[in-house]
Formats: sequence, structure tokens, C-alpha cells
Amino acid sequence: MNDTRSPLQTVFIYLGALLILVWSGGPFIWQFSTSFQLDKALTSGSPSLIPDPFTLEHYYNAFVEKELHRYVWNSLVVSLATTFLCLFVGSLAAFALSRLNIRGRFGILMVILSVSMFPQIALVGPLYLVATNLGLLDTYTALIITYLALGLPLVTWVLFGYFETLPREIDEAARMDGVSVPGLLWHIILPMSLPSLVTTGLLAFITAWNEFLFALAFTSNIDRQTIPVGIANFTNQYYVPWGDIAAASAVVTVPLIVLVLFFQRHIIEGLTQGGIKE
Amino acid sequence: MSAAATVPGIGRPRLGKALPSALWALLLLTPAFVSLASVSFYPIVNGLYLSLTNTSLITQENEFSGFANYVQLWGDAQFWNAWWHTMWFTAASTVLETVIGLCMALILCEAFKGRGLVRAAMLVPWAMPTVVTSKMFGWLFDGQNGIINYILLHAGLIDQNINWYGSPDTAMTTIIIADVWKTTPFMALLLLTGLQTVPNSLIEAARMDGAKGWITFWYIRLPLLMPTLLIAGLFRALDAFRVFDLVYVLTGGGPADSTETLSTLSYKVLFSTLQFGYGSAVSTAMFVTEGIIALAFCLYLIRQIRRAQ
Repeated sequence: MNDTRSPLQTVFIYLGALLILVWSGGPFIWQFSTSFQLDKALTSGSPSLIPDPFTLEHYYNAFVEKELHRYVWNSLVVSLATTFLCLFVGSLAAFALSRLNIRGRFGILMVILSVSMFPQIALVGPLYLVATNLGLLDTYTALIITYLALGLPLVTWVLFGYFETLPREIDEAARMDGVSVPGLLWHIILPMSLPSLVTTGLLAFITAWNEFLFALAFTSNIDRQTIPVGIANFTNQYYVPWGDIAAASAVVTVPLIVLVLFFQRHIIEGLTQGGIKE
Repeated sequence: MSAAATVPGIGRPRLGKALPSALWALLLLTPAFVSLASVSFYPIVNGLYLSLTNTSLITQENEFSGFANYVQLWGDAQFWNAWWHTMWFTAASTVLETVIGLCMALILCEAFKGRGLVRAAMLVPWAMPTVVTSKMFGWLFDGQNGIINYILLHAGLIDQNINWYGSPDTAMTTIIIADVWKTTPFMALLLLTGLQTVPNSLIEAARMDGAKGWITFWYIRLPLLMPTLLIAGLFRALDAFRVFDLVYVLTGGGPADSTETLSTLSYKVLFSTLQFGYGSAVSTAMFVTEGIIALAFCLYLIRQIRRAQ
């Protein structure tokens, strides 16, 4: 199609692409630059993208004063546990729906997917009461159980889609060889699905890592609060510490961005299939 | 189990035979079912029940009160205020995200140098925690030292700093901008995959016949993209309707309740006043509204698809 383009169209396309790039990356680059600038420079009235002078003060504040690492630890525990549970439970369900003859399996899938559209605010009140009665407030357990259910629909859906692409002759052959149902899943299907497991795991991880509402309701102190709650509470008494916030933002977002960029192709494929079934 | 894989199965007892396949299916689906039933379905049903009681964690009451909460809700100006804000936010952000997303997708559809880089960068807003987005926009749109005010001022577009999210007039707009920033690139990627399924031969043929770019877009690409566009719009609208993090962190529903949405209002009634009965009525009303939106969308979608056939 390249040769049919007029020079004007080419300019237009590159301009558009540049706009998209600035749109997507610009705000975070500014946030990143902010995290290395002195408060004095930030309020001077003449902002500059290059930090001058360069400072790590805000990172010092974020970790030493605000104890960011404790939130990071809580988030890591909760998100990793959620990821593995989601993959385990999700792959069992997706395998059953894809490989065992289940009547109305698309109905079941639709129900599972529509659950992810429930307004979470309608769940948080009753779940808070349950957590109170079971003594689960301020525990990792409450968050992990909740996040498992939040991540499960997407994980099941994406894994189901992947399992469907694996040829059914494999099942036949395995069955001929007398492989049991769990054997088929564990020794044959799952090893073949490693790329998809990595992507869906990443999706479950991001869901848990970024979740705010339930973490806000279920936890009340730094022993169990996750990063979003921690950052939301980042305020000083007399002014908003934009530099410290920017430093904390960079710490919790950069690893995520690196992971996402690394797996971007798989993520786009996985999500598109989750969002829109062609 | 792996040993069994090498044994020819005829006539031998197999593990798979021990349980019929239907039982296996049930067994494997149980964990997912238990999880979703206890964390999603039970709370919805329980919330429905709570909304018919005067449950309060302060007075320790929890008696059945019929539709008293809903009667109160009907006359509650704060609820309707939040309801309209939520509808406005949902409509504005969904439309903007779909339209701008489509423009982005059309550009990405073309071949150009650095396309991979642009596509990768587009995942950044999506991957970022919403709380971080919210704080980031707090800094970008800061009334005094925000870079947006600085740029607009120096470009001559405004003559004094705008107190973006600190003023009731512009606070909701700021939140919509933040949401559009975060979600549009992802929307574009969804639409892009839809666009790529439109056969190139169709477009080539139209071009051969001398059709201009916008004509091929309007008569070929857009109609073929319509189902994708509508489904992506539906998912987006349902998601926008639940907006919580962005509002709660950026404005907390203020100033002067000008950005209060149904989620933030429910949260305050539940966890600030601890009126779980009334709070559940608010969130149930929200659930019902969301159901109506989904239903209307689906009916429209079915009609569109029927007409296309």
C-alpha cells in the first residue's frame, strides 16, 4: 500500500504516530523526570524536562519516611499468590470447558465473563461483613481470595481460547495410550500452553497489583496495605509532595512497564481474544 | 500417571476410567465455581437483602425494613446528583475513547517505521495502576505548578491558570481527560485487531475503482468494523460506569460534590457512615442501572447485526 500514498498522507501518518507516542509516553516521562527534581525546581514556574540539579531526595523520602518497601512487599505477596491461584483454578476450569464434553459450555463461559462486569462496589459491603465475621480484616488471605475471583474470569477466558487452538488429535492419542484426565492436563496440555500461561499470569498479576477498592476497604495499616493504598495516602500536612509521589509512582510502575513491553505481543493477542471474540 | 501413558490401554484399568468424564468436569469446575459463587454471587444476593434492612454498624441494628431504603433513595438529591455524574462520565468517556481510539487504530493500520515502538508505548497507560494515573494527573493538572497550565499559558490558549480539579466547573472534565488518556490507547489496540480482519483485497478493489480514502473508510471499513466497535464500546461503558479509583484519589468526589459518582457515594455511605443497609441500596440501584445499560446495548447490537444480514 506504500506506493499508493501521497507525500501529504505520509506526513499525516507520521504526525499521527508521533501524537500517539507523545500521548502514551509523555505524561509518564514527565512524572519520571519530576521524581528527580528538587521541590524548588518544580515550583519555580519554569518547568524543565531535564532535572537540574539532579536529586534522589524524593526516592529517599519515599523509602525512608513513607516506608514504600513495606507496601511493595505486601503487594508482591498478594499479587504472586493471586497469580498462582488464578492460573491453577483457571486452567482446571478452562481445561474442563475446552476438553471435556460439557453441555452448555458457552453458556457457562458467558456467565463467567459477565461476572467480571459486576460493579465491584456492590461486592465490597457484603464481603467486608464476611471478612469481619471471619476475622479476616487486615490479612493477606482476604485480599487473595477476593483477587482470585476478580482475575478468574479473564484468566479462564484467555486460557480457554488457547486450549481451543490445540489440536484435538492429541487428546485422542493420549486417550488411546490410556492417559487419565488429569494426566492429559498436567503432562500434555499445560506444557504446551506455557506461553499462554505466562501471559495470563501477567494479566492476573497486574489485576492484583493495581487493585485499589478492596485493599482500601479490607486493610487499615501498613502491615497489610498494598501499593495503591499506600500511594493514595501519600500526603504531607501542609502541601502535596508531588516529587515523593512521582518517585513512588516510578518505583511501582517501571517494573510493570518493563514486563508489559517484554510480553507485549502476547498480551495484545490474549486480551483481544478476551475482549472480543471474533 | 506418566507410566500409564506408555501402556497400550486396551483391557487395562485406566485412571481415566475410574471417574466418568462428566464427574471429572464437575470436579475441575468446582474450584472456579466456589470462588465466583462466594466472592461475586453471594455478595450480590446478600447486598440485595441488606438493602431491605436498616443495617448499621454504628447502631448495631439489622432489622427488615422493606423498601424504606429505596423510598429514601428516590428522594435523595445526593444520589441523583451522583447518578447523573456517573451517566455523564460514562457517556462522555466511552464516546471520546471510541472515536479517538478509532482514529489511532486507523493510523496504526498503515505501515510506517517505528510502528512496533508506538504499539508498545500504547500499553503503558493501560498497565499503570489507576491510583498512579490519578496522582499523575493531579500533578499534570495542578492549579499552580501543573505543566498543562504552563503549556496552555505559554501557547496563549488561556490567560490565567485554570484550577482544573479544584473548581466545580472543570473537575469532572479533568477526570474524563484522565480516563480518556488511560483507556484510549488500549481501545485503539482492540479496534486495530478488528480492522486487520477487514480483507485488504476489498480496499484495494475500491481504490482501483477510484474510491477516495474516506469513502473506502465509510462504506467498507466502518460497516465491517461495526460489531467490534459496538462490543468494545459496551465493555468500555460498563467499565466506565464503575469508575472509583480515579475519582476517589483525585478529588474524593469534590469540590462541592461536583465529581461524586455512584461508586464513590456508595463507598462513603458504606464506610464513612457505616450504614450498610442504605449503602447496599445505593449499590443495588447502581447494579440495576448497569444491567439496563448492558441490556439496551445488547438489544441495539442484535438489531444492528440483523439489519446487516
